[in-house]
Amino acid sequence: MALLGRGPNRLELGMLGALWSEHCSYKTSRALLRTLPTTGPAVLQGPGENAGVVDLGHGLACCFKIESHNHPSAVEPVQGAATGVGGILRDIFAMGARPVALLDAIRFGDPRDPQQRHRFQRVVEGIGWYGNCIGVPTVGGETVFDAGYAQNCIVDAMCVGLVEPAQMLRARAQGVGNPVLLVGADTGRDGIHGATFASAQFDADAAARRPAVQVGNPFLEKCLLEACQELLGHPAVVALQDCGAAGLTSSCAEMAHRGGVGLELDVARVRRRERGMTPEEVMLSESQERMVLVLEQGGEAAVEAVFHRWGLHGDVIGRVIAEPRLRIRDGLEPVADLDLAVLVDGSPERHPPAAPPLGLAARLAEDPLAGAPVWSPLEAWRRLLASPNCGETRGIWRQYDHMVGNDTLAGPGGDAAVLRLRGRLDALALTVDGGHRSGRLDPRRGAAIAVAEAARNLSAVGAVPLALTNCLNLGDPDRPEGMWQLIEVVAGVGDAARALGIPVVSGNVSLYNDTLGQSIPPTPVVGMVGRLPEAGRRVGAGFIAAGDRIALLGPLGAELGGSELQRLARGTVAGPAPALDLALEGRVQALVREAIAQGLVRSAHDCALGGLAMALAEACLLGGLGAAVDLPGLAGAAPGERLGQLFGETQSRLLVSCAPAAAAALERLWTVGRVPGRWLGIVGGGAIAIGEVATIELAEARALWEGALAG
Amino acid sequence: MSRFGIVVFPGTWSDRDCAHALAVAGHPSVRLWHQDQDLQGVDCVILPGGFSYGDYLRAGAIASHAPIMAAVRRHVDRGGLVLGICNGFQVLCEAGLLPGALLRNAALQFRCQPVTLRVERVDTPFSHTCRAGARLRIPVSHGEGRYYADPAMLARLEQRGQVLFRYVDAAGRLDPEANPNGSVAGIAGIVNERGTVLGMMPHPERACEMVLGSADGLRVFQGIAEAGAGAAR
Repeated sequence: MALLGRGPNRLELGMLGALWSEHCSYKTSRALLRTLPTTGPAVLQGPGENAGVVDLGHGLACCFKIESHNHPSAVEPVQGAATGVGGILRDIFAMGARPVALLDAIRFGDPRDPQQRHRFQRVVEGIGWYGNCIGVPTVGGETVFDAGYAQNCIVDAMCVGLVEPAQMLRARAQGVGNPVLLVGADTGRDGIHGATFASAQFDADAAARRPAVQVGNPFLEKCLLEACQELLGHPAVVALQDCGAAGLTSSCAEMAHRGGVGLELDVARVRRRERGMTPEEVMLSESQERMVLVLEQGGEAAVEAVFHRWGLHGDVIGRVIAEPRLRIRDGLEPVADLDLAVLVDGSPERHPPAAPPLGLAARLAEDPLAGAPVWSPLEAWRRLLASPNCGETRGIWRQYDHMVGNDTLAGPGGDAAVLRLRGRLDALALTVDGGHRSGRLDPRRGAAIAVAEAARNLSAVGAVPLALTNCLNLGDPDRPEGMWQLIEVVAGVGDAARALGIPVVSGNVSLYNDTLGQSIPPTPVVGMVGRLPEAGRRVGAGFIAAGDRIALLGPLGAELGGSELQRLARGTVAGPAPALDLALEGRVQALVREAIAQGLVRSAHDCALGGLAMALAEACLLGGLGAAVDLPGLAGAAPGERLGQLFGETQSRLLVSCAPAAAAALERLWTVGRVPGRWLGIVGGGAIAIGEVATIELAEARALWEGALAG
Repeated sequence: MSRFGIVVFPGTWSDRDCAHALAVAGHPSVRLWHQDQDLQGVDCVILPGGFSYGDYLRAGAIASHAPIMAAVRRHVDRGGLVLGICNGFQVLCEAGLLPGALLRNAALQFRCQPVTLRVERVDTPFSHTCRAGARLRIPVSHGEGRYYADPAMLARLEQRGQVLFRYVDAAGRLDPEANPNGSVAGIAGIVNERGTVLGMMPHPERACEMVLGSADGLRVFQGIAEAGAGAAR
């Protein structure tokens, strides 16, 4: 009230409530996010616009962002996931970019639970439906099952687009008197207060929140996309903005605020789907597939003609004004008048108390496998192969069109997707990664690992990481443990991003992923874009030829804290998180990229979930070839130590294979690069054999692996 | 040399891929807008993949009534060539230019994967560059691609040799495992009685460069290009 000089009316209160929600204002995370590195020589647009943009050189740039749709997907999985995809697509084409790829990171509870399985399958259906209809390939993703996501699932969608820097559009309103055009869908009552819904915990009545979930129409969005592409470079287009969370309120307020001007809107001019909508409902509706444009005066007819050709209608709903205020009329009657500085930036920053959970030190000091059944290496290996987190994901991604666009050189199922850039030698590499399970006890390390692993995935195909986008999914920050996790996660992303020189150009924070006081594990999801200098030199994860030599680049180790083996054996997270030496990480990644660039290695695969033994099994299964390897000291190790060496998730490691003739050169490279490297064995045969310790027939391994997610 | 026209309905997306594939093969193409009735003198009309008009009502149903389709019918009557891919196949069936219908995949899920096709006839403009029984590796990407014809219609199709492509295994045998959608008799593509209109669910335009996994789709486009110039106008 002090900021307004009077009491707000109901509409103004609704608008302030939406824009001051955590979802829109980042009031709890803003100060922390300012600590992230956001600049670099290739960054054309950092955080603050619809999406981040990095330069690819030669007149092309890459525009990308990731965003969460967790809350809607938990309540209505198909539409929740679909509109998550629709929303992130609009963010990309609002920048003037043509979307060329989608990726997603999804997490659920145990898939053996029919309710979880249903939610998982319906989310996959929703992601596929939207992307398949609109004709943008879904080229990668990550699916994780863990009891911690049984109540609140994670559905994060990333979109990547290409744009000529000169054609880039920004969402800055300008020019007093210029008309404001709303195009696309009519405005209905769907998604009202979606932003505030996404900023609250679930209670026992979560299912009753279905009306807060929007409904998607990919056909309409495809027409919007093509019309917006046709308008690129049109002299009458001043600004373009997606109408997303908090609907017209947020899109208009942000557009005006960025441009340092104000807007006057008449809600009576907004076309509606239903009768009797109040100004509040119109201003806060989150009806999908709408865009807001600011046009040069007199340019309305030309721009509307383009939309009309695509079967869309646009309505002038207001004008730019000089005073930095958002004024809303309903016909002639003024219904709201708010200072934009208050509306957009006025939300007070919150700094709730933070504290690590009680007993943390004791849990970090535990033996990771304390009290767990003592599995033989072969038994553990079989269980990992059959785990839904390690198993083959083809059953998911064959439901996604991952080829449309004719540029997918490497689609889902590998370390990173690779997209061709037409008429160029280089290519784009894309990945999403959700961090390590040990982040539950050590969120800072877990988040740093998310960044390191995403970069490692790009390096594994030969690509140099350019920039990242992050989606920080966390629980209620009003619980001291939740706030502590938020602080630690942001610090971890910052640690790794700075050390590896990868700027953060866009992102999203999703807090309040809680149900009845129970939070999700801290889940920082990192989307990363890299540039592969020569598309033709890329390698895959699978072994290529019998007789090739297998090497491990990076350290030996036996760290089982937070590992997939621990999840299977104990269910809980305990023990120290894997160490992360970021300087070593950088050297290992540079080494593998160099080896790929020189054509020395024929395959490269990140050692991640399930450790060295799982990485070996995946390289064999993807290549359809067996292997025989050994590890130093394995035979004589104690049972627990042995499991650690095989299945521990020690970081900064890649499994590579090379032709025997290239072995000497590769060895010289790792010596010069100061990277620990060692020869493990040879590709070939019908089984995967690790010394005398464990041998599994390729056919058996395949049956377990391919069956892990079936059913 | 023949000219290709690629129809764009709202919701079409493989127009770009078709134009690219044709350019790779060295053939020019023009876009034909759904509201126009002028085919700009092209020799072959391509009805590409996508979700025309959102596939509301039934896949391809609304597109089959678009203004451009009147021109396509006249083109067919004159003996002109038409290639319907994926959604385009659905449009051709809805328009009655090809018999049968395309139903929801048997698995009730979308499927995007490479498949192997067996070429059943080599005396059509679309397949004359193939050897009899040749196998083509071409991807599918659809949710409603299960070809259906009732037994009498199916018998007629077989008798008249209208089945051009079938889903087969690597050895060229019919196999339910190799059939991605449960199509009757493994049917992936059919032609009209004159052999001038082809509808197929797989996407040949996605298989025109080895770097994308296969160049077998070029056979279809090159066949049309070589035959099209001689076809009736």
